[in-house]
Amino acid sequence: MIAAKDLTFSYSPGADARSFSFPDFRCSNNETLLILGQSGRGKTTLLHLLALLLRPASGEILIDDTAVRELSPRQAAGIRAQKIGIVYQKAHFVGALSVMDNLLLANYLSDRPQDRERAVFLAGELGFAGHLHKKTHQLSQGEQQRVSIARALMNNPTVILADEPTSSLDDLNCDRVIHLLQEQSQKLGASLVVVTHDQRLKSRFPNSISL
Amino acid sequence: MNLFKISWANVKNKKLNSFLSVLLLTLGIGLISILLLLNKQLDEQFRKNLRGIDLVVGAKGSPLQLILSSIYQIDSPTGNVSLEEVNRLKMNPFVKTVIPLSMGDNYKGFRIVGTTGKYPEHFRATVGTGKLFEKSMEATIGSKVAEATGLKPGDTFAGSHGMDSEGETHGESLYEVTGIFEPSGSVVDQLILTDLASIWDLHQHEEGHSSQAPALLEPEEDHDHEEGEAHHAEAEKQVTSALIGFRNPMGAVMLPRQINDNTNMQAASPSIEINRLFELLGVGIDTLRALAVIIIVIAGISVFVSLYNSLKERKYEMALMLSMGGTRSRLFLMLLSEGLLLAVFGFLAGISLSRLGLWVFSRSAEKDFHYSLADFGFLPEEGLLLAGAIALGILAAALPSLGIYRLNISRTLAED
Repeated sequence: MIAAKDLTFSYSPGADARSFSFPDFRCSNNETLLILGQSGRGKTTLLHLLALLLRPASGEILIDDTAVRELSPRQAAGIRAQKIGIVYQKAHFVGALSVMDNLLLANYLSDRPQDRERAVFLAGELGFAGHLHKKTHQLSQGEQQRVSIARALMNNPTVILADEPTSSLDDLNCDRVIHLLQEQSQKLGASLVVVTHDQRLKSRFPNSISL
Repeated sequence: MNLFKISWANVKNKKLNSFLSVLLLTLGIGLISILLLLNKQLDEQFRKNLRGIDLVVGAKGSPLQLILSSIYQIDSPTGNVSLEEVNRLKMNPFVKTVIPLSMGDNYKGFRIVGTTGKYPEHFRATVGTGKLFEKSMEATIGSKVAEATGLKPGDTFAGSHGMDSEGETHGESLYEVTGIFEPSGSVVDQLILTDLASIWDLHQHEEGHSSQAPALLEPEEDHDHEEGEAHHAEAEKQVTSALIGFRNPMGAVMLPRQINDNTNMQAASPSIEINRLFELLGVGIDTLRALAVIIIVIAGISVFVSLYNSLKERKYEMALMLSMGGTRSRLFLMLLSEGLLLAVFGFLAGISLSRLGLWVFSRSAEKDFHYSLADFGFLPEEGLLLAGAIALGILAAALPSLGIYRLNISRTLAED
């Protein structure tokens, strides 16, 4: 589960400081949450706060009922590696590595045993089993986004955060990606939080909040 | 999947950049390595043959030429001197040994040297098969000569006039091979040794119908030919030069002056002449070494620029890996090992290149001078070279890679 309470953040304390305050929410295991907001409303900021990439100015974040605000950067990196899977707006990879190695990289960087079977299984589930030995740039955008979902799932996270996962996809791929995200987080019993401005997704999530 | 594999994948991913860096390192390191190899081998070859020879006497001319021709058998002899005068040196209290040499003929490019049994003795060359020459027109051949020509004890051959195989042959007088020397690693390996008398007999015999005098290599042969007949009377036996060993070091002070002032001969000190030769070569070697260092520095800059650029391109990748739980020091190590990989490849290729260069050089040296320089062993100095290359790779990679410690993950991820 992941929850936020009285969360605020401001960039570069100074004259032109941009401050954000975010609504409280809670997303339990097996639940999904859609956070809708137009550009400039702090969507990515919120996602980075939840992913412990940024430290909030005030307020609290709970992951699996543990308060994480006071953690050191190293501890935060540990929690992120162990519990959080992140899907970014644009699928980015280590270009020199194959699809398979990019998946295994998630295991390696979080100091887990490298689970080839899981990589092959996820590739089958997400429909890119034939591309495991290609370089990532040889894949289409929709395929790349599915690979980045698989990468987020490699460590069996309890929280999946997705930042605009569908904004660069057509309707067909958009449907497919959202379906896969929901299906896979359900299988893991994880919480799925999707941050987007994409109105197409509104009907697909029972719970949603707006920024 | 491990750090090394990622580094390797990155090196492979930018082939041209990596190739350029490795190529520059290869050239720089190869150049230094071949200089080290050549220096060591030339030095070894020169010193080994020099041992126990304190002075060389011969006709007046270039002292370096006298040394090169008499000890190393690589340059033309300076001319002839009278045997009587050479033998008089034996009476000198400073002199311990006098080994007379008579040169001027060859067989298939291998020099025929008339001398006494003391010559192979001096170089510690022992006869392997057969026996040492005893009388005129008998010859004992070095191991390389035997290998190249296929001559065996009992075979006969005719020498050719001059120092290269194209010379006119002494068709009627044949040498008989009596033995083959064991390989000794000295100049004897590439020589055909015979008794001093052979050379006199041969040229006396030819005197009648050939116009060649024993002053074989004098270009101005023609002018002294007229007086040649009278000159080469039995009493006026001539040799090309003689190798002198001193009884005590005082000889080095006294003898050269005595000889140069009071006789028609010149005395040359091998160690002084060889040091002079190395000094002359040294200028060229220093220039090449400086060039190699410059190339290596450029290689370092190339590694630096290549990593710096690729790091700018891969900024997002780095932030991504950090967001996936990678630590900054781990990624720093990964980038360092990219520089390290390039350095090690450059080193290995450079060492191989220098061996290849040495092989080519040795083949031509073998062909022209019968000296083999083919010792491809790893030199201790090359260990230092490896350490230097690694230090360069690490340094060139560390400077741009330190940026990983300043990378703002959130901003980098949000920007793209």
